[in-house]
Formats: sequence, C-alpha cells, structure tokens
Amino acid sequence: MSKGRYGIHGGQYIPETLMNELIRLEEAYEKYKKDPEFCAELEELLNKYAGRPSLLYYAEKMTKDLGGAKIYLKREDLNHTGSHKINNVLGQALLAKKMGKTRLIAETGAGQHGVATATAAALLGMECEIYMGKEDTDRQALNVYRMELLGAKVHPVTTGTMTLKDAVNETMREWTNRVNDTHYCLGSVMGPHPFPMIVRDFQSVISREAREQILKEEGKLPAAVVACVGGGSNAMGAFYNFIPDKEVELIGCEAAGKGVDTAFTAATIATGTLGIFHGMKSYFCQDENGQIAPVYSISAGLDYPGIGPEHANLHDTGRAQYVPITDDEAVDAFEYLARTEGIICAIESAHAVAHVLKIAKNYRPDQSIIVCVSGRGDKDVAAIARYRGVDIHD
Amino acid sequence: MINEKNKIRKAFDTPNKKAFIVFMTAGDPDADSTVRFVLEAEKAGADLVEIGIPFSDPTAEGVVIQDANIRALKNGMTTDGAFDIVRRIREQSQIPICFMTYCNPVFHYGYDRFFTRCEELGVDGIILPDLPYEEKEEVEGPANAHNVALISMIAPTSEERIQMVAREARGFIYVVSSMGVTGVRSEIKTDLASIVESIRQVTDVPCAVGFGISTPEQAKKMAALSDGSIVGSAVVKIIAAEGAGAAPKLHEYISAMKKAVEET
Repeated sequence: MSKGRYGIHGGQYIPETLMNELIRLEEAYEKYKKDPEFCAELEELLNKYAGRPSLLYYAEKMTKDLGGAKIYLKREDLNHTGSHKINNVLGQALLAKKMGKTRLIAETGAGQHGVATATAAALLGMECEIYMGKEDTDRQALNVYRMELLGAKVHPVTTGTMTLKDAVNETMREWTNRVNDTHYCLGSVMGPHPFPMIVRDFQSVISREAREQILKEEGKLPAAVVACVGGGSNAMGAFYNFIPDKEVELIGCEAAGKGVDTAFTAATIATGTLGIFHGMKSYFCQDENGQIAPVYSISAGLDYPGIGPEHANLHDTGRAQYVPITDDEAVDAFEYLARTEGIICAIESAHAVAHVLKIAKNYRPDQSIIVCVSGRGDKDVAAIARYRGVDIHD
Repeated sequence: MINEKNKIRKAFDTPNKKAFIVFMTAGDPDADSTVRFVLEAEKAGADLVEIGIPFSDPTAEGVVIQDANIRALKNGMTTDGAFDIVRRIREQSQIPICFMTYCNPVFHYGYDRFFTRCEELGVDGIILPDLPYEEKEEVEGPANAHNVALISMIAPTSEERIQMVAREARGFIYVVSSMGVTGVRSEIKTDLASIVESIRQVTDVPCAVGFGISTPEQAKKMAALSDGSIVGSAVVKIIAAEGAGAAPKLHEYISAMKKAVEET
C-alpha cells in the first residue's frame, strides 16, 4: 500500500507528470512543519491577519429554544475572508513561497476558498488564478468580483457539470501544464497525498482551539461536534483533536440536496460507493459504470461527488457518523440562526446547524454540542431569497 | 505473466522497428464507427490501436479528447460496450490493442473481472494515466495474471524516477512528450533523447512518444528519437469533424503519418 492511506482510502492516483511535485511538496511540508521560524510566521499570520483564535460562542437563545444540550458555535465565519478556508490557505501559501513558487492556482465551489487563496496571494505577493464552475460563477457572482478585486484571474469552467468537481479537473490540468513555479492550493482534505494530510493539519487549529475553549467554559469535553461535509475540510479540522476523545461524538452533515432518494443529491456517504477519483481512493457518487455522477446541492461548497479519504475511514471505523441534510432543512436552519442568534451563516454551515436543531433535545442540559459555523452567509443571501421566491434585484 | 500471446511486441516488429500508434475513443460517435475506424486504421498502417473507454472526468485530457469522451458517453458507451467493440474487431483483425481509460471505470468493473474479459478478447495492454508507479500494484497483479501489460508512463518531470519506472515496465513505455494534458502542439521542447537514453540503460521494452503529435514531421522526429509515435487528439479531431463517415479521411491521415514513421 502506498503513502497517505487512511484505512483503504487515500493514496496518490495522479499522472506521472505530477508525482515528483507531490514528493517535493511532502518533503517541504515535513521540513517546514518542524521549522520554528515557519511555525511562528504562520501563527502570526493566523492571529494578527486572519483574526484567530476564533470565538467559541455560547448560543444561549438557541439552547433555551431547543431545550437540551448547551449549543456552542465555533465561529469560523468571523475569520478574515469569512470562512475557515483562510486557515489552510495561509499555511499552503506560506509553504509554497518557501518552496520558491510564485503562482497559486486553486479550485473553488462557493468561492470562499477562491477568495481566501486570492487574499493570501495578494498578501504574499504571488500571482493567483482561480478555477470555478460556470454555474458557480453565476450562483456566487459576488465572490467572483471579490477575487478579481484581490488581483486574481477567475476562469469560469464550462466542462462537465460546471461545478466544483469540474473546477478541480481544470485546476489539475493546469497544474500538469505548469508546475515549476506554481503551487496548487487545494482547498479541501481531498486529492492525492499529501494534500489530505496538509489541509487537515492546517485546519486542525479549529479543534485545537475549540477543545481548549470548551474545557475552559464547561470544564469537560462536548458530547458532540457537528460540522458540514463536502470534501470535508472544516469538519476534519473540527474533528481532528477530538478523535482520541472517544466519548465525543463526531457528526458530519452531508448535502442531501432534494433528498438522498432523488437524483438531486450530493450526499456521498449516504449514496456513494468506493472508487478512485481526483487522486484518491474514497467514496464517490457514481453510476453502475464507474462514471462520476452529476451531484446537486443548493450549497455550491458542498456540491461535490466525493469525500476526503480520512472521513471515508472515520465512517468505515464508525468513529464519525455522517448524516444527510436536505436543501429545505438547511435553508430553514439558515433562517433560524439569523432570527435566533443574529448570525447569518453560510448555507454550507447551515447544514450542520440543521442537524443540531434535530438532535439538541436528545442531550441533557449538562452536556454540550459544538457546531462549526464554517463561514458567513453574505454570499448566500441572494440565493436564499431566490429559493424563497423573493426578488431582490441582485 | 506477460507471455508470447501478448501482441504488443509485434507492433514494434516492423522493418525499421518503429511503431505508429493511433488512439480513438470507443463509441465516438458510435460503436459501429469505432469498429470500422480501427479496421481502417489497421489498413492504413497503424501498428497498434489504443481504444479509450470514455470517462466522465478525463483529467489528463485536453479539450479534444474530453469532448470525445462526452460524445461517447452521451451515445451510451459503457465498459461492456467497449469490450463488445473489441470482440467485433477481433472477428476480423489481430492488430495489437490497448485500452486507455482512468482508474475508476476499471476499479468499479472489478480488476479481476476486467482483465479476465481483456484476456478472453485479446486486449494486450492497459493505459491508466491516473495510476503512477506508486499505486500500480493493485492493478498490475490482476493485469499480469491475465497477460495484459500495464503500460507505464514517463513524463518530462520524471527525472530520477525514469529508471525506477522503466525497470518494471511491460509492453511498451509511454513517454509523455510535454507538460500538460493531451492535445495538438506546434512545438515539443522536452529533451526526449536523454529520457529515452536513460530508459535504454535499464530495459529493452520499446518506448513510444505521445502527447502533442499531429504532423508527419513530428511523428517522424519522435519515432526517430524512440521506438514509435502515438497520435490521439489529431485522430479524434478528424472523427469529431467527419463523424461516422470519417474512415476515408482517417485512412489518408494515418497513411501519411505511418509513411513518415517508416522513413525514420
């Protein structure tokens, strides 16, 4: 079995053209993650630029309303650029710079990873090109303009389903085309090794902080940690430091779209099967011939037919459970959180909130649940209005 | 193990020991056409044919072959459909055939089941651009067991990996001419001579150059540097333009390319 395995998942299923680059990336990462200067530089960026540590907010009104566990929100939406994506991007951009790269390329779904990458590129003085499915550039026009303001070039991808999967395809193609000066700043815990490991490590700051914060607030570990899962980066970051704490339930919320019994879903664990795609062995939504299935979710960030290999293994081993959340449930939760706590969260994060609305009452008031609010919802307001049939002339 | 029944070696057993290799996508524009096109390619002088089993997300392909994949899938081509194309070709021809596809369709079909079927129909090799040396074990075992050569790829960036890959290569070695994905290129700048020299030091498995070759001059030059030239996108372009009636144009093009390779 090759490197970068999580049980049977993971690996490096990637063209030969990229193999040496992946090997160099892994070597550079192993070197710099132990380098005190690199670590100090990254910490300074995270704390003084991105605004870490992020708050662990006690949602008192939500707690009282739901009547069960105390609900804490890990506020990744308060980070600079408005989501957890900046944690990984600052790490990778700094690493790329140390490797002598001058150009960052990245895929993006909802646009949050694209915005974060464009931001890091601007800050560190690097060139930046973002690949985004044409359908997503339409759904998230505001984020496209933000990326352009930050100096990035945005390429709308018109192949396939014109969403996140196709953006990944196109970014991979561009990377094989130009690898010497270019780092592929992959946005999730997916792709070939070492990406799932690197992205998880950079995102694990979420659970490192949350674990300390909850112990300080509650004097004990939470009963559950809940996060949304597309590729799975915020969930992996939110779960990671709790994995050894067997008493803490880890719950990933997948995008069920119009429902897991319909063709309009992106719930990989619920509907997918084992496969090899985008550099990794994991679970994928696919048809009876091994063709990757078109997936659907209201959330561009969760609209992906696969899941990171470490999640696939957490599912296999039963350490984490994965539940499907429909568009309807997510939109209801989006509105609920806005009304109840005055927080407009990303539609991705609303999938996690939706599950908490279902389960909070199953816990005692002396127990707590941490839900990762992976991003803020400004980008989604127009789409939610459309979903509700409200014309806001955006 | 790969034995004398495997026909890949024969492709390189030409008067000047150079092979001209043609790629096309199964089911583009339909199964009948692919059968006809492969037989026509053989008549026009192709020494080996790579038949692409279409995949929804061909990440190593440029836009020409991506479109061929989409056309083929839209027309209902499947893995079994590709096997049936080979079955029909084998009624009339023993031209060496390799499949080219991505890991997932093969993995999903089941490695053992897939290569059993390959052996029954006389498929000689398999090219999987998303399967590097590090991951080949899971495929190589079942492929070897059924006398199907797992074709290794070597890229301009392979450097010190060249000999590691070449040492364990079977069938032929696919030398990727350029960075990036498949597609027609006006110029190929990679120092292919030194790559081939490095390969030669460790193996006598023939190597053919592909990616970006479209003109007789390029085909001749690449075959001179190695043991053969592979043409994909340029052939697929003809099929895209001519559709089911592409056979005459294909014949004309392949004859000219083959002639150039013969002249080396």
